[in-house]
Amino acid sequence: MPLDSVTTHCRHCGQPLLGAATERGAFCCQGCAGAYTLIHDLGLDAYYDRRPLDAAAPAATVEEGEGADPLLGLPEAVATAPDGTCLLRLSVDGLHCGACLWLIEAAVTKHHPEVQSARANLTTRCLTLRWTGAPAKAVEYARLVTGLGYRVAPFGAGGTAAVADPAAAQERALLRRMALAGFAAANVMLLSVSVWSGADAMGDATRTLLHWVSALIALPTVAIAGQPFFQSALAALRAGRTNMDVPISVGVLLTTGMSLVMTAHHGEHAYFDGAVMLLFFLLVGRYLDSRSRGRARSAAAHLLALNQAPVTVLGADGLPQILPPARVPLGATVLVAAGERIGVDGTVAEGVSDLDASLVTGETLPLAVAPGAQVFAGMINRTAPLRLTATASGEGTLLAEMVRLLEAAEQGRARHVLLADRIARAYTPVVHLTALATFLAWVFLGGAAWYQALLIAVSVLIITCPCALALAVPAVQVTASGRLMRQGILLKSASALERLAPVDTVVFDKTGTLTLGRPDLLPDPTLTAAELELAATLARASRHPLSRALARAAGPGPVADGVVEVPGGGLRWQGPDGFVRLGSRGFCGVSDAGEGQAGSERPGPELWLARCGHPPRRLRFADRPRRDAAAVVAGLKAQGYRVELLSGDRAVTAQALAADVGIDIVRADARPADKCAHLAALRAQGRRVLMVGDGLNDAAALAAADVSLSPASAVDVTQTAADVVFQGDGLAAVAETLAVARRARTLVRQNLGFTLLYNLCAVPVAIAGLATPFVAAAAMSGSSLAVMANALRLGGKKPRDGGH
Amino acid sequence: MNSLLFLIPAALLLGGLGLCAFLWAVRDGQFEDLEGSATRILYEDETPLPKRHT
Repeated sequence: MPLDSVTTHCRHCGQPLLGAATERGAFCCQGCAGAYTLIHDLGLDAYYDRRPLDAAAPAATVEEGEGADPLLGLPEAVATAPDGTCLLRLSVDGLHCGACLWLIEAAVTKHHPEVQSARANLTTRCLTLRWTGAPAKAVEYARLVTGLGYRVAPFGAGGTAAVADPAAAQERALLRRMALAGFAAANVMLLSVSVWSGADAMGDATRTLLHWVSALIALPTVAIAGQPFFQSALAALRAGRTNMDVPISVGVLLTTGMSLVMTAHHGEHAYFDGAVMLLFFLLVGRYLDSRSRGRARSAAAHLLALNQAPVTVLGADGLPQILPPARVPLGATVLVAAGERIGVDGTVAEGVSDLDASLVTGETLPLAVAPGAQVFAGMINRTAPLRLTATASGEGTLLAEMVRLLEAAEQGRARHVLLADRIARAYTPVVHLTALATFLAWVFLGGAAWYQALLIAVSVLIITCPCALALAVPAVQVTASGRLMRQGILLKSASALERLAPVDTVVFDKTGTLTLGRPDLLPDPTLTAAELELAATLARASRHPLSRALARAAGPGPVADGVVEVPGGGLRWQGPDGFVRLGSRGFCGVSDAGEGQAGSERPGPELWLARCGHPPRRLRFADRPRRDAAAVVAGLKAQGYRVELLSGDRAVTAQALAADVGIDIVRADARPADKCAHLAALRAQGRRVLMVGDGLNDAAALAAADVSLSPASAVDVTQTAADVVFQGDGLAAVAETLAVARRARTLVRQNLGFTLLYNLCAVPVAIAGLATPFVAAAAMSGSSLAVMANALRLGGKKPRDGGH
Repeated sequence: MNSLLFLIPAALLLGGLGLCAFLWAVRDGQFEDLEGSATRILYEDETPLPKRHT
């Protein structure tokens, strides 16, 4: 890193220096300074040379919560082997380059000889640790990693952290089958080419020998590599449906069977090459599909795992105890530290604080609570520690009620039938009827012997075996989801792309979706620089969102000494000119009628600054829209989407924001059930609705819409409900997702059209009885490759315009 | 055509060796983290990079 950037950018995370950087050396925050010291003490400074220049280290944040440290729950996630080895898999957030892998692995193993292996995986963002000793050591290792600036959580959302993922095992099995099919396809093709090229010169005995060798390779391959298709086809037939795997299985089995009969009778044509090559291509498609889907899923699960925090319960013996939220007994006393998310429903027993309830109610204003007040799981405690009496946990919470509402809404969503399955439903009977008609026509009209007619009919089935058709959709989906994933957009549901393409209405939630979900100081021309600076001097000492907004607005500067934070009130400071107070209206001694100007203006969070000898000053805040919200909304409208705002907030606030970003259709004061009803009404009008939301109050609405997006900052329930989760600060992901979905639909249609064309050309050849193995193999692989190449066009291109 | 009698087994044997090597690699977890492996080869574990003079 060049010298000049060292002085203006944080030495650890590379962010431009703001705030009280002078006191801390060249670091943006305490966390980064700590991480730098730790790395230096471990002798791992090479990290700073090794990391790519564009990828800075994750900005380390200092966790100040004294209550439930999420890491304390880790020993429960440790699996102990019979020989005393402990195994722990951790999700690591912020892992993005090889230098991170090296840093984490080196840091954990450096002074810990008991650690047998530490292996970080860049693809799954997972760190696998093996050590001998007590499971409780897990906390120590995790602290080390968090000290470096990464966030960790047990890998996998459930308690099955140490057990290998079944989806990963399935993927490996698929890869092994693919390898086998590839081997077989290459070798059988080797033999087939010699049969084709030497067709005239080769004696019958030699040809039969080559056919037998082919059979020897092909039969076990079909038996092993074909299993996924046979199983799926059987399951579909048992359920009285057909899917794409039915014609595939029929085709493969018929081809193999007929070739075997031919070989046994010293026949001229054997189609073993076609059968194994078909399997190979299909397995390639299926493996890629599973890989991209699995990665998106694991990334989504990874995001969820980071948000799951255990709850500190004060036991009967007075000792704090860490429990998963669902296991908290009713009536138990729960400790909630400042800055922590509340895990249960309850009433405040002790303490005064401000809660950020935006995720539950959609309100941006912090909610002041005092003993007796009702609080809900999902709210974030801002200013002071609280003791709660749990009134509901697990299934009884408001959160669980939301989940039930969500499930009800999901059942209401018409089951989307995948395009490929719909085609298979129509395709299968047509193909099989064609084959039957061919057979009958050759026997009765053509006067052929029945076995000859049967051979021709089977060749019709072989040539129509939907290799390209089965690849047409997954190939496009793989490239589309890969392209979206590179931009931090995770497709969670397989059918999301198909449901996104016909969308014509986009409904946004307000708080946290269109806005950043955090307040910013509104510009006020009457506020002098001195007043702002004084307020900021106090505010820098506090972690309250309004204080932080104030500090952000004022920029770097000194911090006042001895600031007292009064929970539920504000900040008090004994300055050189007497007491200075910064806080709520009541805290600063301003009567409600004191300033008549309040009524007409836009309501929003506010702070008052009160000093001796000066009239109190009001500082107003608002939740700002995301930086590209207006541009994205304008872009969507230009493309003909109907854009709506659906908010649980008050009408004035919602309308003001809608005007800012250019949305005309606003519905405010909507409770979760109202949101569902509104979406249902839109769908009843024949509209295809995309819902974008992040709050708990949106979860049901997300499930009620045709398709849904949610930012990665959303609560876990909402992310579960959403079809697509996007990371990052911007809303451009919404436009990009829609654009990619539409493009994918075009490509899928092209692929299907091409496949149809291919079949229209190939089937008459087969019906005429001219389909030799060479024709079948060439047509089959040719069409598959064409379909794949067409799909790849989606991935190669740069993001069109919506990227940034 | 007698050469076929040993050429075909030889071809299959060589192909089979490749297949076995691949299956072993899959079992060994070498396909778990392709991105990580791509960057890992750049670092020598024991000898840190020489410090850059700034």
